[in-house]
Amino acid sequence: MVATDTALVRVTGVTKTFVMHLRAGATLPVLREVSFEVHGGECVVLDGPSGIGKSCILKMIFGNYRIDAGSILVRQGQQWTDVARASPRDVLRLRQCMIGYVSQFLRTIPRVGALEVVAQSARDNGLEAATARARAADLLARLAIPERLWQLPPATFSGGEQQRINIARGFVAMHPVLLLDEPTASLDQKNRAAVIEFIRRRKRAGTALVGIFHDEDVKRQVADRSIDVSRFRA
Amino acid sequence: MSAGEEALLTAAGLTKLYGARIGCMDVSLDLYAGEVLAVVGESGSGKSTLLSLLATQLRPSHGRIRYRMRDGVVRDLFALGEAERRFLLRTDWGFVHQDARLGLRMGVSAGGNVGERLMAVGWRNYGRIRAEALDWLARVEIETGRIDDLPTTFSGGMRQRLQIAKNMVTAPRLVFMDEPTGGLDVSVQARLLDLMRGLVADHGLAVVIVTHDLAVARLLSHRLIVMRHGRVIETGLTDQVLDDPREPYTQLLVSADLRG
Repeated sequence: MVATDTALVRVTGVTKTFVMHLRAGATLPVLREVSFEVHGGECVVLDGPSGIGKSCILKMIFGNYRIDAGSILVRQGQQWTDVARASPRDVLRLRQCMIGYVSQFLRTIPRVGALEVVAQSARDNGLEAATARARAADLLARLAIPERLWQLPPATFSGGEQQRINIARGFVAMHPVLLLDEPTASLDQKNRAAVIEFIRRRKRAGTALVGIFHDEDVKRQVADRSIDVSRFRA
Repeated sequence: MSAGEEALLTAAGLTKLYGARIGCMDVSLDLYAGEVLAVVGESGSGKSTLLSLLATQLRPSHGRIRYRMRDGVVRDLFALGEAERRFLLRTDWGFVHQDARLGLRMGVSAGGNVGERLMAVGWRNYGRIRAEALDWLARVEIETGRIDDLPTTFSGGMRQRLQIAKNMVTAPRLVFMDEPTGGLDVSVQARLLDLMRGLVADHGLAVVIVTHDLAVARLLSHRLIVMRHGRVIETGLTDQVLDDPREPYTQLLVSADLRG
């Protein structure tokens, strides 16, 4: 009997070294032999001290960082794509339809309002405009962003507000794979609870989540498994 | 995944030599509809030569460019007749210069500048031409009351927006931009970038933009080409090249960029 493959992300033998040419070509080995899988409906937490390469792993899965060896496969239906070898256009397409990412910092676009920033992400993911706006509005409300801010560009917002815009942007689309880089850092109790609820809902919807969480309490509430990243230290 | 989709423009082995000096050496690239490609590098890197070659303003010493015309037929650009090439430049392509004086006729009104391009493709009805010009001035956020004013009375940002309106009025599929935000105040730049982003998204435009400003490249482009001494030294997804630069020169460019 052949078991159904429920893995959506398969990282195998990934190695990452930074070469700093401005420091006389000094090499900074970060990770070696990173291997793990993430299945639909589970939240895998990357654990370990800061600086060990947790964010680096998320960036490699998103195709933001390149890798030196190994493969990062993402499954769309029956088709696996290696993010590390895909053409730039294919990586962009994967980001639109497959991989969502809540980064630590929001890169804002001048003159585009918060609601529009969030709705755009859903439209990119294939939602029709009105539905995208409705979903965006719902998420902003759940994250307690006052409605008077919705039309304003997030560049003018406080750090905490920007982070919530970033979270809304990541969760508004229904990417089958969702990467979370400390989404709950510096959130108050109520917003933290909202994000935990978002994560639980996505697990029920079959999303494969990979996250980094500082807060032990949040970790306990969302994690199905933890991976100690120190074991991949180069 | 990209199978079945054809490139709009394909350049192969583009080389331009000025005597013994290299303008641009062995550059190959693909450009697809809806895609913004940024070419970055310092002055003298060959990025402007590359743009001039792609826009057929220069003939290459070697190499060729294939372009998918509106009728779907792929043609070799340097094999086009002069009349065909001019028609392409006036309809299917746009060119936004850093210096608006190169892209606009400064002695002709704003409306005249936009209308001229329509007349060049056969529009004759004055009322329709003026209505179309008004519509495009509004879309690039120029007060329609300024339609009869000369571009000499416009600010730098307005002149750039007028250039864009003039280019967009014939619904081009490909627009070349040479440092379009150069020399503008940051707030004026932001407005222009936002406008360009909207046009790319709404019209599925393909854009080749030459800039030395990495922030502009990051905001606008999907893919990035880094040039030095006439050669492409690094290329890839824009965020990947800027966040994880591999080549010594790219690392230097990124580290020298104050805005990150």
